[in-house]
Amino acid sequence: MIQALNSAMDIMLGRDPSVVLMGEDIGYFGGVFRTTEGLQRKYGEHRVLDTPIAEGGIIAAAIGMGVNGLRPVAEIQFADYIYPGFDQIVSELARLRHRTAGEFFAPVTIRTPCGGGIRGGQTHSQSPEGIFTHVSGLKVVMPSNPRDAKGLLITSIEDDDPVVFFEPKRLYNGPFDGDPTKPAVPWSAHPKGQVDEGYYTVPLGLADVVRSGSQVTIITYGTMVFVALAAAAALKVDAEIVDLRSLVPLDVDTICRSVKKTGRCVVAHEATRFAGFGAEIVSVVQEECFWDLEAPIQRVTGWDTPYPHAFEWEYFPGQARVASAIKAVMESA
Amino acid sequence: MNKHSRLHLPRAPARPGEKPDFSYVQISPAGAVRRPDVNARARDIEALAVEMVRVLDDADDAVGPWHPHLDPAELQVGLRHMLLTRIYDERMQRTQRAGKISFYIRSLGEEAVSVAQCMALRPGDMLFPSYRNQGLQIARGIALVDLMCQLLSNTRDMCKGRQLPVMYHSKAGNIFSISGNLATQFPQAVGWAMAAAIKGEDHLAASWIGEGSSATADFHHALLFASVYQAPVILNVVNNQWAISTFQGYAGGEQRSFAARGPGYGIAGIRVDGNDFLAVYAVTQWAALRARTGAGPTLIELVTYRAAAHSTSDDPARYRAKDDQEHWPLGDPIERLKRHLIKLGEWSEERHRALTGELQALVGASWQEAVTYGTLNEGPKLDPDLMFEDVFKEMPPHLKRQRALMRLERS
Repeated sequence: MIQALNSAMDIMLGRDPSVVLMGEDIGYFGGVFRTTEGLQRKYGEHRVLDTPIAEGGIIAAAIGMGVNGLRPVAEIQFADYIYPGFDQIVSELARLRHRTAGEFFAPVTIRTPCGGGIRGGQTHSQSPEGIFTHVSGLKVVMPSNPRDAKGLLITSIEDDDPVVFFEPKRLYNGPFDGDPTKPAVPWSAHPKGQVDEGYYTVPLGLADVVRSGSQVTIITYGTMVFVALAAAAALKVDAEIVDLRSLVPLDVDTICRSVKKTGRCVVAHEATRFAGFGAEIVSVVQEECFWDLEAPIQRVTGWDTPYPHAFEWEYFPGQARVASAIKAVMESA
Repeated sequence: MNKHSRLHLPRAPARPGEKPDFSYVQISPAGAVRRPDVNARARDIEALAVEMVRVLDDADDAVGPWHPHLDPAELQVGLRHMLLTRIYDERMQRTQRAGKISFYIRSLGEEAVSVAQCMALRPGDMLFPSYRNQGLQIARGIALVDLMCQLLSNTRDMCKGRQLPVMYHSKAGNIFSISGNLATQFPQAVGWAMAAAIKGEDHLAASWIGEGSSATADFHHALLFASVYQAPVILNVVNNQWAISTFQGYAGGEQRSFAARGPGYGIAGIRVDGNDFLAVYAVTQWAALRARTGAGPTLIELVTYRAAAHSTSDDPARYRAKDDQEHWPLGDPIERLKRHLIKLGEWSEERHRALTGELQALVGASWQEAVTYGTLNEGPKLDPDLMFEDVFKEMPPHLKRQRALMRLERS
């Protein structure tokens, strides 16, 4: 996925002279996850900027650059570090178009690695997407595989609205089914790791049905996509797995089509439960599909605690937690 | 609790009932501060951050190396812009009191800051104002009607009813949108200037905050980014002594001038008499030349006094000496430029009275026109559908659904 993201930025830097990358350690060093490796050498220090360790300054400067005709892609090194830039994102970036009646806007993409499962402890593991989906004016994206990641990032960079682009870092180097004891599988062995070299886009607001099925719908995104697939397979349940890919805009049609077909729904994300993005999905399904539901909707999430360093796998919503939700929704009369 | 705490608590020089005291304001004599080359290194001109550049002396003459030698016609334009700003402010204040607009902020006593600075910049330079820079709008030639329609949130409001009064913007005039969140525009201006440098353009960005807002993280982000990338930006701290009821000592002004934050970051810092039109013009011109010749950013502290309330929502009689302003040692910017022009033989009390009358009539006529586009209570109204527009470039389905629900509610 790292190479796919790198390729997306490489292509956009090449195609559009207004694209600039900025962030901590992203230039000379190529990023702590190597996502921007080689791009400063190729496009120069004026296109790929190393920045001070000041997220509020990075976002603010990106806004100013965006207003002045550039198309900044700002990296926040970890989603856990995004909060010093929160005011600039919420009060400024998200609302600039609206408050100026469309006259000013800043086409900023904020890329940021999220999620746990890498022994990152509470400051390198968070999934704060729900905080941003709650803000009017932000688009929020989270891919689950290299092919989508590249197409979605190109679309996000080309989008004239601000996009917060979350990259589940546990998926950087391969698909992950939630079992940390198994040997890591590289993306090269997975069909979605086969990424076209050239320019292509994946639209925002279009979910991907990664497995079609008849018995239950599992609505998920990011790290949880492969966990859900594995859990359903282990239970031998014919599950339909919907990978949302973009949370704002949300593909309500695909969600509802699937739930109306299966009559059963599980919502799964790695982020904490209370007032999380899953609650929005549950609400949409309840509003749109109530008379088609055979059982109460189940939610699978991280616990409402900080991400614990020592109890990562007890915290992580792995296959067992998904399986009990599937069973609960299947058993309900 | 210790009765004699060792904690230092900055104290306003005069609260209500006390005698005004401005002995804390360090003032250099007019003409006394040297004018370094525009390409001087920040570290070699640190004294500028402590002294105070002044051009107009007590005899109303322009003196010293900072004298910008402007044509009298240009000074008359400056006087007109300042006077128009003041008359506009007075009228809009009364309009708010009469319940015609919800809120207003005056710039009384600070008119030279916006007007002289704007005149020293080029039309292609991007301005990132705070809420007390209406002089920028006026000096850039934005029509009063357009400003008034924003205040009225009416059908010609540039913000389509989405912003509090005075949060103007002008895409065509290169004036950025004003935010109600303090100082957010400061580092954004640096980003704009960085982009100008990346694109190889000659334009610079300028931004304004009050001294109180220099306490925010965004102030420091702006200085840091401006310093690191040597961005072509002019960062202005308008030190008008008061942040609503909070004295400038609580922003750290007791120990060091605000201009002195610049040298700390490796940025040229310069302190100027903010009520001296000529000095403000000269300093801004110097900073603009620096920015355009690649010598980097400048932090300007404009020492002035907020002669009016913070906004229509507070009463300064409750937190500062009533006659404070009369004792302000740097006088009134309009009065000072007027006297200078009279001394040059280029103005008179009679012409001043005539101009005042002319501008009052202009403001009155503009208001009459503005209200034809609607007011808060009467006339044409904005369509509430507009609130769903511009959240995104294209309206997503969930907002279309919500807009349909709202229409249903209203039908």
